Amino acid sequence: MESFKKITSIVTPLDKVNVDTDQIVPKQFLKLVQKSGFGKFLFFNWRYDEQENEKSDFILNNHHYTNSQILVTGDNFGCGSSREHAVWALLDYGFSVIIAPSFADIFFSNCFKNGVLPIVLDQKLVEKLLQETGVIEVDLENQIIKTPSDEISFEIDSYQKKILLEGLDDISLTFQYEDKILEFEKQSKVPSVL
Amino acid sequence: MGKTLFEKIWESHIVVEKQNNPTLIYIDRHLVHEVTSPQAFDGLRQNNRKVRRPDLTIATMDHNVPTTDRSLPILDQTSSVQIKTLEKNCKDFGIKLFDINSPNQGIVHVIGPQLGITLPGTTIVCGDSHTSTHGAFGALALGIGTSDVEHVLASQTMWLEKPKPFEIRVEGKRKNPHAVTAKDIVLSIIKNIGTGGGTGTVIEYRGEGITDLSMEQRMTICNMSIEAGARAGLIAPDEKTFDYLRDREYTPKNYESLVDSWKDHLKTDNDAKFEKEFILHIDDIAPQVSWGTNPGMTCDVTDSIPSPDEFSKGDPNQKRGAEKALDYMALKAGTLIEDIKIDRVFIGSCTNARLEDLIEASKVIKGQKISPHVKAMVVPGSQMVKKQAEEMGLDKIFINANFEWREAGCSMCLGMNPDILSPGERCASTSNRNFEGRQGTGGRTHLVSPVMAAAAAIHGHFVDVREMDLS
Repeated sequence: MESFKKITSIVTPLDKVNVDTDQIVPKQFLKLVQKSGFGKFLFFNWRYDEQENEKSDFILNNHHYTNSQILVTGDNFGCGSSREHAVWALLDYGFSVIIAPSFADIFFSNCFKNGVLPIVLDQKLVEKLLQETGVIEVDLENQIIKTPSDEISFEIDSYQKKILLEGLDDISLTFQYEDKILEFEKQSKVPSVL
Repeated sequence: MGKTLFEKIWESHIVVEKQNNPTLIYIDRHLVHEVTSPQAFDGLRQNNRKVRRPDLTIATMDHNVPTTDRSLPILDQTSSVQIKTLEKNCKDFGIKLFDINSPNQGIVHVIGPQLGITLPGTTIVCGDSHTSTHGAFGALALGIGTSDVEHVLASQTMWLEKPKPFEIRVEGKRKNPHAVTAKDIVLSIIKNIGTGGGTGTVIEYRGEGITDLSMEQRMTICNMSIEAGARAGLIAPDEKTFDYLRDREYTPKNYESLVDSWKDHLKTDNDAKFEKEFILHIDDIAPQVSWGTNPGMTCDVTDSIPSPDEFSKGDPNQKRGAEKALDYMALKAGTLIEDIKIDRVFIGSCTNARLEDLIEASKVIKGQKISPHVKAMVVPGSQMVKKQAEEMGLDKIFINANFEWREAGCSMCLGMNPDILSPGERCASTSNRNFEGRQGTGGRTHLVSPVMAAAAAIHGHFVDVREMDLS
């Protein structure tokens, strides 16, 4: 995983609550067996009509936002299915930061595994960011979002922060505890399946 | 201070615990399916890693398998590739696979319990959010993403922030338990606490309204914990639990001694504290029907569709959500639920495709025909459910009523296989998600119980099944 760098970009406001992972990547695109190339399917049913023409009223089709790397959205973002394809699609499309008042648990955890930073902010601050038209900077190291008029600090778990900043592979980290895993297995009374 | 059931299971699975860090927990059972695993196996290959415990891992194919004649080749090339990829991965990494021709094939959350693989007090993961289903047996069962699938394959552990225990007490007795089902209980819960109400928690369902339920009904409840946003949902095991798992194909040989060790231990202590609680009284609840595009947008079958103002209780975001949902569903506030006409009926999914669900639904339709403008199908949750149902003659009841009787799989719950709604079609579905496009682009889903779905098939619109004789 690549290490997370400072992000400087305009925000893409997606002012909706309860955006589920079926909307982020519809099921017809879950049949691929690799992780790359999901960006073109991001929000597919909101982006395209039945003839696969762009719907002009959907925010991602406004070319002003084409290079934006920051998505600002509503409560409970990423609810529903555990499909990690949702994060792969956001990342492949170009988003590395998602800001919302709350996230669904599995989606939130999937973000960190892929170098995407999900930031939880108070509803009022999110509402302000939804209106922000200027370039903002997301500084993970210092846990600060700089807007043209403001500096907003945010919370993040220190372990997740380290994973993102150093681009760590958590399986390698876990293998450092091999002895502990073995020790656990020796005392476990749970039988094998077979 | 005493401990909750969740805390007991959590503590007995800690491998590494450090302050201000997630905890490394051990996983006792890993269930794998074709959709969320290919990239995980690829990751293992790229890093020359093995599956640490193939003996704790089982796989099946359920999400995109066709539910029609299995002797025919799979026409959808991408589905076919995904299925073949799982076959190859299981072979290469030594994992037991119940493939498309196995009598044990089925929806992963149906076969786990049916085969005695799901056990009380264990930790279970699967790359599928409805893994919470297995919590019905007093297991801590978590849906995970593909990166965690890879992590568990490689290490049999995973890092997790400790969720908070949430008590949901279901009090009282249903007057007509054949008409008001476990599905109606769980939809009522989600209607009340909202789709984010359980975020960051593990729900323990307790109370008379839960202990009264059969194991299959308890699975329906735990299955939909994720629709309330919870990390997992569970129910303390009791004699019904132990009986259900006895003498299954993969029930452990030392089962009785395991039962002895579970009996007094696997329950919440009287002085344990939950961080959150909610109480639902079920004496007078009605069959539920969802009207919107998330499972919290649900009302009684006797109600009319609420206005966005009424639904949102002053929250402007929820109000806009409700307006958008009504627009998508092509419904108007004030319309009676019983006046909503349907085009399709789907009885299936990991929520409601077990034998008991099919038995209950068959009582509604026995000797009747579905409405001529309705297309209806039954997709049993597993090949074993299908076989048992056929031995009871249920297939004939459904077929005589003009239902299609299919092979096992996830099918139209998420429409990854050819079973989908056409744009604009309206479906009474026993599945778990009424999200936009879930059952097919432009399709409109109403979540209901199996008896409600069956009755809607007969009448062509929703009806209150409490008015029927279902005993």
